[in-house]
Amino acid sequence: MRGKNSVGFIILILSVIVLPHIITNDYYLGSLIFTGLNSLACIGLCLLMGYAGQISIGHGAFVAIGAYGAGILTANYGWSPWPAMGFSMLLAAFVAIILGIPALRLKGHYLAMATLGFASIVHVVTVAAVDVTGGPSGIVNIPRPNLFGYLLDTDTRYFYFVWAVVIIGVYCAFNLIDSRVGRGLRALHGSEDAAASLGIPVTWYKVQVFILSAVYASLSGSLYACYVNYIDPGPFDVSYSVLLITMVAVGGLHNIWGALTGAVVLSLLPEFLSFISDYLRLFGIRYQQDYNTLVYGMILLFIMLFLPEGIFSGLRGGLARVFAVFKKSGQASLEGEFAGQSSAEKLLGSLSGHDQ
Amino acid sequence: MNPVDVNLIDIIQFLFMGIQRGCIYAMVAMGFNMIYNATGIINLAQGEFVVLGGLMMVTLTMTLHLPVALAFVFTVFFGVAAGILMERLTINPVKQPTVLRLVIITVAVSIITKGGAMIFWGKGSHYMDHFSSAEPLDFHGATILPQTLWIIGILLLVVVAYVFFFNFTMTGKCMRACAINRDAARLAGIDDRKMVMLSFALSAGIGAIAGIIITPVIQIDYARGAMLGLKGFGAAVLGGLGNSTGAVAAGILLGVLEALGAGYISSHYMDAIALVILLFVLFVRPSGIFGNSEAMRLKEF
Repeated sequence: MRGKNSVGFIILILSVIVLPHIITNDYYLGSLIFTGLNSLACIGLCLLMGYAGQISIGHGAFVAIGAYGAGILTANYGWSPWPAMGFSMLLAAFVAIILGIPALRLKGHYLAMATLGFASIVHVVTVAAVDVTGGPSGIVNIPRPNLFGYLLDTDTRYFYFVWAVVIIGVYCAFNLIDSRVGRGLRALHGSEDAAASLGIPVTWYKVQVFILSAVYASLSGSLYACYVNYIDPGPFDVSYSVLLITMVAVGGLHNIWGALTGAVVLSLLPEFLSFISDYLRLFGIRYQQDYNTLVYGMILLFIMLFLPEGIFSGLRGGLARVFAVFKKSGQASLEGEFAGQSSAEKLLGSLSGHDQ
Repeated sequence: MNPVDVNLIDIIQFLFMGIQRGCIYAMVAMGFNMIYNATGIINLAQGEFVVLGGLMMVTLTMTLHLPVALAFVFTVFFGVAAGILMERLTINPVKQPTVLRLVIITVAVSIITKGGAMIFWGKGSHYMDHFSSAEPLDFHGATILPQTLWIIGILLLVVVAYVFFFNFTMTGKCMRACAINRDAARLAGIDDRKMVMLSFALSAGIGAIAGIIITPVIQIDYARGAMLGLKGFGAAVLGGLGNSTGAVAAGILLGVLEALGAGYISSHYMDAIALVILLFVLFVRPSGIFGNSEAMRLKEF
């Protein structure tokens, strides 16, 4: 953890500490908790997409495994939330191994379709297996977890808890990227054949990252179930998986901070849109919630076409360019003061065609 | 009537239903294959073409009361236009295409199409009159909808046109050349960019036809695209990715297996059956049952 990343960490930790003091409205605090949960899933997905170069269109299924695992074990079998979450993470890892080994052994993007198919199966099962999952009516009475004797019962407490988990998640992700596995992943993202020739176990590394991303997603799902106390199949359909991809791609595929930015921006976008809809009405535009899907799609398309590195890198690049311009103009004006005469002479010389 | 006959009638009934669905999967799979052959990517907006075709047909026939044949032609043109628009606006401008980026772009197009369709056509499902009578015909005790016969007939026409186009026309041969080796095709003077556009146009056109013929039976709504696309992809994989004759056979097989599964195992899990088959084939024989595993190893995706 060096340089720029530690700056990012300090900014992240400070904003997490400060935000609940600024935002006291429970509704907005709630959306920030959902933002944290999406961020957690996006960190894992970013490792998979940006570093292993694989796309999973079914990450919502792992979120669903986490949510249903925690929900069923606590509400129906009386487990305490922590072991239920741990068990769900193990289950997600196991499923990821079963899905990942055959799909990642193949070259290319078979994982995309395998995960998409798997996510649809999970959705069908959550709706149809009424005995286990409660079917369309879902599971109720999922308890909030207890942390060192503090019941995480208020939104402020849960906010701190979720974002602490996110911060730990980001830290672990950076550690992974800086490790031998992380370097191997970047190598195989460039060229699988070249990486394999250097002795990198290509398939195994990809499977490992896929497992890790599934565990992140599962944890996000478990925390979601414990926060809302109630789950049904609705939030875990394929469009949620697509939303996660959108978040990672919009923020920036090849950067954990990018994925985090994307998750935060897109999670808060509906709030922002409903906020500006009041103003849009003044211009005669009647914005409806239904337009959100379209807006998401447009954003994803524009980012992929014009800013393929995502808004995070785009912003950073833009800032760097602005700084560079300032630096240059500053230098130019300084030089101008000292060397104004000579440059004017040069200009005159070149205009009149005289050589000096 | 003895029980054996009843069982037989059940099976025939499921077969009819399976073939009806399977024809649609086959056509979606053909659409996947065309774009895959031209670009090496899986177009995740393929199911959306089907939905667009279906919804457009509903508007033309049910709201504007155009005759079915005329509406059919208009809708196919609309689908082709949508395909060309997608290629020109989203695929063609990408300067450094990577498979990951292109796949995400097709995801974006599918979200936009879905969102647009929801706004334009609303969230409800749309009913459309059958092409001819909606009265089921009797077939040795089992019944078959005239619409199913239309579906089978139109699939056959599409397959014949497909075979003719790719084997007996210059443009079709150029497209095949591009699919086999793009660089070599370019060296031979084929405009490969144009072939990519054409593949999107044809693929969207076939998708629109699939949407038109299935809508009277399933009542289309804006959100159906993902599942239709996924099952169509299942058919494409089952038949060997890129192999369209295999896709037709695999599509019908998938539809029949799904119908039998829904009939004999559980109708709640009907959607899962085709997907389990998809996963199974992906894992056990990714080159598909009709595909060539040697050729598969050379493909990019």
